[in-house]
Formats: sequence, structure tokens, C-alpha cells
Amino acid sequence: MTHIKTLAALAAFALLASPALADEPGPGGTKPVIPKNGEETYKMVCQACHMADAKGATGAGTFPALAGNDKLGTAEYPIFMVVNGKGGMPYFYDTMSPQQIAEVVTYVRTHFGNAYKDPVTAAQVKAIMDARGK
Amino acid sequence: MISGRGAPTRRQLLSAIGMMGGTAALYAMMTEFGHAAETRFPGPPNLSGARPGASVIILGAGLAGMLAAYELRKAGYKVRILEYQGRAGGRNWSLYGGDKFTEMGGATQNVQFAKGNYLNPGPWRIPHHHRTLLHYCKAFGVALEPFIQFNHNAYVHNTDAFGGKPQRYRALAADFEGNVAELLGKAIDQKSLDTRLTAEDQDRLKEALRNWGMLDGDMRYAKNLRSSSHRGYDLPPGGGVNGAPQPSDLLPFDQVVRSGIATNMAFFMNEEFQTTMFQPVGGMGKIGEGFARQVGDLVTYNAKVTKLFQDKTGVTVTYTDTAKGGTTEAKADFCVCTIPLAVLSQIETNMTEKKTAAIQAVPYSNSVKIGLEMKRRFWEEDAEIFGGHSFTNQDISLISYPNFDYFKTGPAVLLGAFASNAGGYRLAGMTPEQRIETALEQGSVFHPESYRKEFMNGASVAWNRVPWVMGCCARWNEDTRKTHYQELVAVEDRIVLAGEHASYVGCWMEGALLSSIDAITRLHKRALEA
Repeated sequence: MTHIKTLAALAAFALLASPALADEPGPGGTKPVIPKNGEETYKMVCQACHMADAKGATGAGTFPALAGNDKLGTAEYPIFMVVNGKGGMPYFYDTMSPQQIAEVVTYVRTHFGNAYKDPVTAAQVKAIMDARGK
Repeated sequence: MISGRGAPTRRQLLSAIGMMGGTAALYAMMTEFGHAAETRFPGPPNLSGARPGASVIILGAGLAGMLAAYELRKAGYKVRILEYQGRAGGRNWSLYGGDKFTEMGGATQNVQFAKGNYLNPGPWRIPHHHRTLLHYCKAFGVALEPFIQFNHNAYVHNTDAFGGKPQRYRALAADFEGNVAELLGKAIDQKSLDTRLTAEDQDRLKEALRNWGMLDGDMRYAKNLRSSSHRGYDLPPGGGVNGAPQPSDLLPFDQVVRSGIATNMAFFMNEEFQTTMFQPVGGMGKIGEGFARQVGDLVTYNAKVTKLFQDKTGVTVTYTDTAKGGTTEAKADFCVCTIPLAVLSQIETNMTEKKTAAIQAVPYSNSVKIGLEMKRRFWEEDAEIFGGHSFTNQDISLISYPNFDYFKTGPAVLLGAFASNAGGYRLAGMTPEQRIETALEQGSVFHPESYRKEFMNGASVAWNRVPWVMGCCARWNEDTRKTHYQELVAVEDRIVLAGEHASYVGCWMEGALLSSIDAITRLHKRALEA
């Protein structure tokens, strides 16, 4: 069920984005490959910037490392960043479901040298999403 | 489901037309966001009378920064530009054979294209009404040629229609319009429009539908030479004894609707994507080169800005030399900062809290472009496609055919992907080799016999991983426009921001230029008042 929601959310994203948001691809790309779990979401979204080894990268600015990152200790921090974004980090409240965000945050908090065992729940994510703009 | 040729129900009719209505509604929404607004170019700013000795430091040698430098120097300011890269032009950029590109994360690509071939990783097409850009192209001697935006003979592919077999745009569009015309005609006959139109207007509309949708005398969209004159023939008109044409079969309407052709048709109706469009001869990067011919003498390259501070006496910019090392402080009376927000949000400044919040509030889009060099122009030779785009619902979004050197023998580069959103992230996260493999796999649906066989080499740019911008373009939404836009563009004491991110023509070079003209006009006024 949750993946159906995820799929619907991503499909909505693709549809909304398709008619000419600036010089963008246009009507194509409406059926991207849909990630099935936290690990796949990391690979298909997060590693574009945070890199496959989660060590981040530096150019004119820096994409922070998620590997061995103490800030992940408090689950609300990564949830908040994924939901709301900040600076170079885009927000995903409109394109990912609470379940998908919970899965990917859980994945990052239990891999790449992070060992925060408490799983993140969709309810925790939803609470932070609901608090947007309040 | 909408059936092929049977009489439609009212619900089927509405469902078919609703797709167009939905797109129109969406378009109206986009207009409100400002994405569809036409450019406004009052002419070059003609600034003059700068106070003697007054100086401006410009951060970034992209189009916004270089235009600011060009116009402010003319106005009498002492101007210099700091640029992070070892080249000018910013996102106005082309990759040629022999170029080397290292992305964030360290992957390095050595571009192997043959002489004359190129990939435009960023901007690649110019609307005919982007008058600011066209003005400066002419002024700076940048030659333009047509960009083939709309090709009826290119393909539309959807994994959920026609068993995944691509169809020609012209056949899909003709069948969509023909069927919609027939359905609307039936709606009129069934008195469905009696409350909307007089009997006389209904007759006029029926005649219009017949002409538009290529309907026959019975108001039917059918297999005949009339429909074939839009959708293409089974056997086209020829000469001599066997010259008579043969009509083509219609596609099943449910599959036509499912193909997403209505979205394609709507795309080409978007004001910014209507013909005529242009591209510079020899690659988009020629525009940046044209600007650099005017102001290249003002640029300090390999300068990574680390601090931007201002006080009552002036602006101080701290930068490190990424080639030779060493940190320098540069001072000026005023500053035009064109650094993309994704980067600027990480630079230490003493700007106000509100300005800082605005800088941090706008995420960047994530396009990926992939150039594939092929041994021969099989799309021209085998498929009669000369320029334009074939669209797919897969990650790559489209492939696009080169708009120059038609009929030429030898290698040519086609655009093998222009991905964004989910597909863009997925491709960006791959290694350059994986991106090429994915582009070949997905693009093969259009030209299965030739795509892999004729492939020679490729290059990709994932904008998230471009070290000097860390994203493609600023992506505003209704909320961020309302909360942060005016704050972002306001002159703050001695500093003003400029670039596509400070415009309503986002992700277009025109937006960068319009923003720059507006910013320096306000800054000049402020400087004279100071």
C-alpha cells in the first residue's frame, strides 16, 4: 500500500513538472523507475549529491557526508531536512510519501558507519510534514 | 476505458477532452507562478555618470555577471569580476572533443567527440521572443541558426501504449484531433451543447471540427486520403502509373489517449517552446565566449569566494586561488553577486537574516544531459528525422537530434537524455559509464536496429554534481515567491543579487540578463544617491 502511495506521489510530481517549468524536458519522463525500499531510494535520489559512499563532495560548496554523521543521532534532524530542505538540499515533502522518507532515513541511519537502531516511522515523518508552515 | 471506434458515451467524451482542460488549467497555474511570462526588454540600460573612481566587484562570470560588467564599465565604474572556474560563461557552456570534465565525487570524463560535434549540457534553445539575449548576441557577433523544436516526424514513446512501440507524433496528433472532433460533433448532434451555443453557432462549430479534424462528409474520422493527409499515408503520393496514394490505418483511440500525446501537443503550445527557436552556430558556449570577448580582461579566474562582507565604507570579498593557493581580500564600493544560491547559501556573509533566509529557501533543479556520438545519422538516413525531439516516459525523457550539418557523412552527436525530477536524480547518482548504458538501453526503443550498433562514445553532465553550481536552476514555488522573492532581489546597502534565480524567467538565459539589467539599474541609482 505504501508503495502505491509513493508511486502516486512521484507520478503527481512528474505530471506537475512536465509542462514547461522553465527550460525543462517537457512531456517525457513521467514513468521513472520507482524505488522499492530505503536502500533503493538512497541510490535513486540521495546519492546524486551525497554520493554512493555517502561521503559527500566538495566543489564551490559542499554536499555534507552522511557517513558517520553525528547529526543523524536525532532522527528528527534528517527527517526535517528531507521534508523541508535548506540551501542546497531540496525539499521532498511534495514528492515523497512519509513511508518512503521513513525508510530512507532509517536506511541512512543504519548504514555508512551509522548505527542508530531505532527505526524511523511514517508517523514521525507525517508529524513533521504536518508542522510545515505552522 | 475509451473504446476504439464505437459511439462514445458522454463520460468518454469528457474524459477525452478533460485531458486538454487539465493541461490548460495547469498552464494557467504556471502562468501565475511566472514561468510562462513573456520576456520584457526595454532595451540596453544606458547607464551613465558614475561617480569618478566608484568601483564594483562582480561575483561570477556567467551571463548575468558579464552583462553587469559590460554595462557598468560603460557607465564609468571601475569593474572587476571574480570567477570560480578557469573559464567564463557559467552555465552557458558546450563540451567538445578534447574537453575534460570532473564532476563532484571525482569522476572524470574525457570527451571524445569528433571535430565540430558538441553537447550543450545547459541551455540549448532560445525562444524568438527572448529579446535581451538576441540583442546581445547580435551586438557581440554571436551567429544564430534555427533550433528545430517541433518535428512532426519524430516519435512519441510510452511504455503503457501500443505495447511500448513508438509512434510518429504526426499520426498520434492527427488521430487525437480527429477523434476529438468527431466526438464533439456527436455531442452537438446529441444536443449536449444546446445551452452553450445557438443552432447557428453549432453549425459553424461542426464545420470547423470537420476542417480541423479531417472528418468526412458524415462527420466521421475514418481511414481515407483526407485523414492520411494529416497522419501520413500507407503509400504516399508518387509519380506516373502507380502514383496514386494509399490511405493509412488509424490507431486505436484508447491507445492514442494513453500515449500521452495531448501532453506533447500542449508542450509545443507553451509560449516558450513555440517555433521559431534558435541556437548559436557551433555550440551554446559561443554566447559566453561572445560576452567574454567584451569583458574577459576584467575576470580573475580560479577565485573561490569564501566571505562576502559589507560595512559603511564598502564591500570586502575574501577569495582563495584554487589553482595557486593563497587567500586575498578584494575591496570595492559595491557588489553584484551572481553566485548561484546553492553555493551562495554556504558562503559566509553579514547580510540580514531575511536576505539569508531567502538565499537558503530556493532549491535547485537537477537536470541531466547525455550526449551520444553515433557513427552515422541513422535518424536522418533511415527514419527521415531532421532535428527535433522524440519523447519517452522513461527516465531519459527524450532524445533530441542535431540541428545542423544535415545529410553529412560521419559521426554526429545526438542528445541521449534530458532528464529531470525522479529520472534526473537516478541518472545523476550513476557513474558516467552507467549513465551512458542507461541512455543506450532506453533510447534504443526509438531506433532499435541502429542505436547500439552505431554508438561510438558519450559524455554526461549531471547538474547536481557540477562543482561550480551544484544544481541546475533555482526552483521557486508560489509560497517561496511570496515569502522570499522581493527580499532576494532587493538591494541591501551595497550588494545586489542577480542571475536567473532573481527573475521570473527562471532557468532561461533571458532571466539572467533581465535580472542583471534590473539589478545594476537599481544599484547605479543607489550609488548616485549615496
